[in-house]
Amino acid sequence: MIVGFILLLVAVGTVAFHFLSPWWWTPIASNWGYIDDAIIITFWVTGAVFIGIIVFMAYCAFRYHHKRGGRAVYEPENKKMEVWLTVLTSVGVAVMLAPGLFVWNQFVTVPEDATEFEALGQQWQWSFRLPGKDGKLGTSDAQHISGENPFGLNPGDPNGKDDVLVLGDDLHLPINKPVKALLRSIDVLHDFYVPEFRAKMDLVPGAVTFFWFTPTRTGTFDVLCFELCGVGHHAMRGKVVVEEESAYQDWLNEQTTYAQSVAQSRSGAGVRVVLTDGEAEPAEGGSTD
Amino acid sequence: MASIGAEVAHVPPAEVAEVELYHPRSWITKYVFSQDAKVIAIQYSFTAIAIGIVALVLSWMMRLQLGFPNTFDFIEAADYYQFITMHGMIMVIYLLTALFLGGFGNYLIPLMVGARDMVFPYVNMLSYWVYLLAVIVLVASFFVPGGPTGAGWTLYPPQAILSGTPGSGGGILLMCVSLALFIVGFTMGGLNYVVTVLQARTRGMTLMRMPLTVWGIFVATILALLAFPALFVGAVMMTLDNVLGTSFFMPTIIEQGEKLGYEGGSPLLFQHLFWFFGHPEVYIVALPGFGIVSDLIATHARRNIFGYRMMVWAIVIIGGLSFVVWAHHMYVSGMNPWFGFFFATTTLIIAVPTAIKVYNWTLTLWKGSIHFTLPMLFAIAFIVTFVNGGITGLFLGNAVIDVPLSDTMFVVAHFHMVMGVAPILVIFGAIYHWYPLITGRMLNEWMGQFHFWVTFIGAYTIFLPLHYLGFLGVPRRYFEMGETSFIPESAATLNAFVSVVALIVGFAQLVFFFNMAWSVFKGKRAGRNPWGATTLEWQTPDLPPTHGNWGETTPVVYRWAYGYSIPGAERDFVPQNEPPDRVAALGN
Repeated sequence: MIVGFILLLVAVGTVAFHFLSPWWWTPIASNWGYIDDAIIITFWVTGAVFIGIIVFMAYCAFRYHHKRGGRAVYEPENKKMEVWLTVLTSVGVAVMLAPGLFVWNQFVTVPEDATEFEALGQQWQWSFRLPGKDGKLGTSDAQHISGENPFGLNPGDPNGKDDVLVLGDDLHLPINKPVKALLRSIDVLHDFYVPEFRAKMDLVPGAVTFFWFTPTRTGTFDVLCFELCGVGHHAMRGKVVVEEESAYQDWLNEQTTYAQSVAQSRSGAGVRVVLTDGEAEPAEGGSTD
Repeated sequence: MASIGAEVAHVPPAEVAEVELYHPRSWITKYVFSQDAKVIAIQYSFTAIAIGIVALVLSWMMRLQLGFPNTFDFIEAADYYQFITMHGMIMVIYLLTALFLGGFGNYLIPLMVGARDMVFPYVNMLSYWVYLLAVIVLVASFFVPGGPTGAGWTLYPPQAILSGTPGSGGGILLMCVSLALFIVGFTMGGLNYVVTVLQARTRGMTLMRMPLTVWGIFVATILALLAFPALFVGAVMMTLDNVLGTSFFMPTIIEQGEKLGYEGGSPLLFQHLFWFFGHPEVYIVALPGFGIVSDLIATHARRNIFGYRMMVWAIVIIGGLSFVVWAHHMYVSGMNPWFGFFFATTTLIIAVPTAIKVYNWTLTLWKGSIHFTLPMLFAIAFIVTFVNGGITGLFLGNAVIDVPLSDTMFVVAHFHMVMGVAPILVIFGAIYHWYPLITGRMLNEWMGQFHFWVTFIGAYTIFLPLHYLGFLGVPRRYFEMGETSFIPESAATLNAFVSVVALIVGFAQLVFFFNMAWSVFKGKRAGRNPWGATTLEWQTPDLPPTHGNWGETTPVVYRWAYGYSIPGAERDFVPQNEPPDRVAALGN
């Protein structure tokens, strides 16, 4: 008896917790509402199965608990029932898988008009690189990394000269423009995640990984590292500021390009990065127009 | 297959004459360097539980930190990452794998298939001692400079062997050595389990008459024999990268401003090797649990397991599929995203045979005559937590849903429910069920009831809410959350609550350990076959079974393992080895 009641309590308690929980996803700020929809579909299908099974077990506990002299029914198989259950389960799985694959196809297909930016991870800070006036990011390689070239840009690549470098500071993105995040790490695995964007991807040293999204809400959002990257993992934070196009352009124009930063460091006007410091700050006189 | 009076005439007698067993001549060869699978099983179990207690204590430490950050000076970030790493590795490998296969496998396989012992007793003995050595090396890593590795139980390079990670010196080295030893030891035991099932079954014990416990352990062992080599290779290659400076997994790396000597390696290669092992590992733990829980439910509901053949095929199919789903752990790893279509599809397909198993467990309760004994209670609790953890797997297996949820607390909640809580509940159920066989005494009922209710309700209360922190975006493997714009204050309150419940559940385990020790001497005497089970392990001439298991002659099996409540039979169970004429005589 008590087992049946407790099972019902588990079922009711789980449903109640689900609907009363103050902990739920953050208001979305990207185009990936489809992902939220796929989660909701999965919730309904799996939730119904979970509650169904628990309630059925509770029923069995009430109805079929041992009674004096009572005997179980001997029934090794019931082919018809097993086939039906298999078919129904397969349908349920298909209902979840189909929308999942549909949205995954969108997730892996970057729109042609997406503009690129690069997130560079290192223990334990974020840096960002945006294309300059030519709209192209220059090529890079970890072999080129040095004090005056912390991103490892290829010095011979003209596309890289006007690349905008944001070292250990906030990333800005324009609203409603699809962006392709190119991800690069110079030491260990990291992961670029903004919960409000719903999309994330690992940074893998030795490779360039990517994902895309369209910011749909202005505001300042936390960037967190979502792949264990050492003892400072939890402190590897950044910020993304999503803003209107004009504000974005103003911000972009204030940033330093690769050519400028090389010139500065050679003239001794200031070294912008201290690679050994987890919280690199622009040194005195480091920023210019 | 199951009808009364089924003859074994069509099953020819074993053609190989019995080989005389090795007989111990001294206390040492009987109890220490023993070649008897039952003694080896106890050795495996004690060692696994002992190291499991270390993992339990580590979980308390990490819950203290998560529930009450900035409170305990003795827990620093490096410590925290070491706690989570060692907790995970111990639980998955050194406790669950060792206990299910080395513990239950050794004790139950020979008894349940009617063999006198494992087929290679000497290798079986070596298996335990190598396992013990692996555990000792693992424990030693706590005492080397820098402490044990804090790379996360997944040990992903490059960070596992770089200085930004705790234990990147001796810690990770000993971890890899210990894993390699474990795999060597396991392989020796695993070959025994497989060959014993295939070659040493007694007359009449066809494969399709074996109890599902044996099926589960048998298939899990095959998985382990195929999957562990991938981890072995990964551990060896990472050790070479670490010690000799090779670059299997290491690309060009600028660590804290300094260029290291590595070039051209692939961090993703390690992840593929790790998960090629790591996903089957989930089923290496789950399948023995599936098998055991089937037998617990059938025995204590006095009803045949529903759809036995389907249950066997589901175990086999799940085992096969488990080798083609590994990269669902890597949807956001940076691997080619087109893999996602394949791995999402295979992963969700596994849900079908798994769901069938769940249905058949509940359909065994249906129309049963359920005795709510402790093993039955744990079996029911297993179904609840396994279904809960299974359905959240459908979230994470579906590539695009994994994108926001991966590496959040949702993942932590999911795998703790499905391969932490659920298998451990089966283990508890199995211990309450087979303790009288092993010791001749019952475990104390009231301590058991306390242990059950606190553990079941407590564990569910711990892990259900953590899913919701995952939706919110709370990451796993964070020493402290610090300032964010999106996590409300209430999340900290929830974490504190969860930590308190975790400590209470931890305390209940101490009661269980006490019960295990106390009942050896003070427990109620069990008598023969106290649960009225049909399977062979309860039909031995001596209780507890002695060396050689069967006395003069091995049993002859006439029917499947689920002869419960057969109409017309006098008793509500007919043991597998009860001769048909005797059953008929009793029934009339």
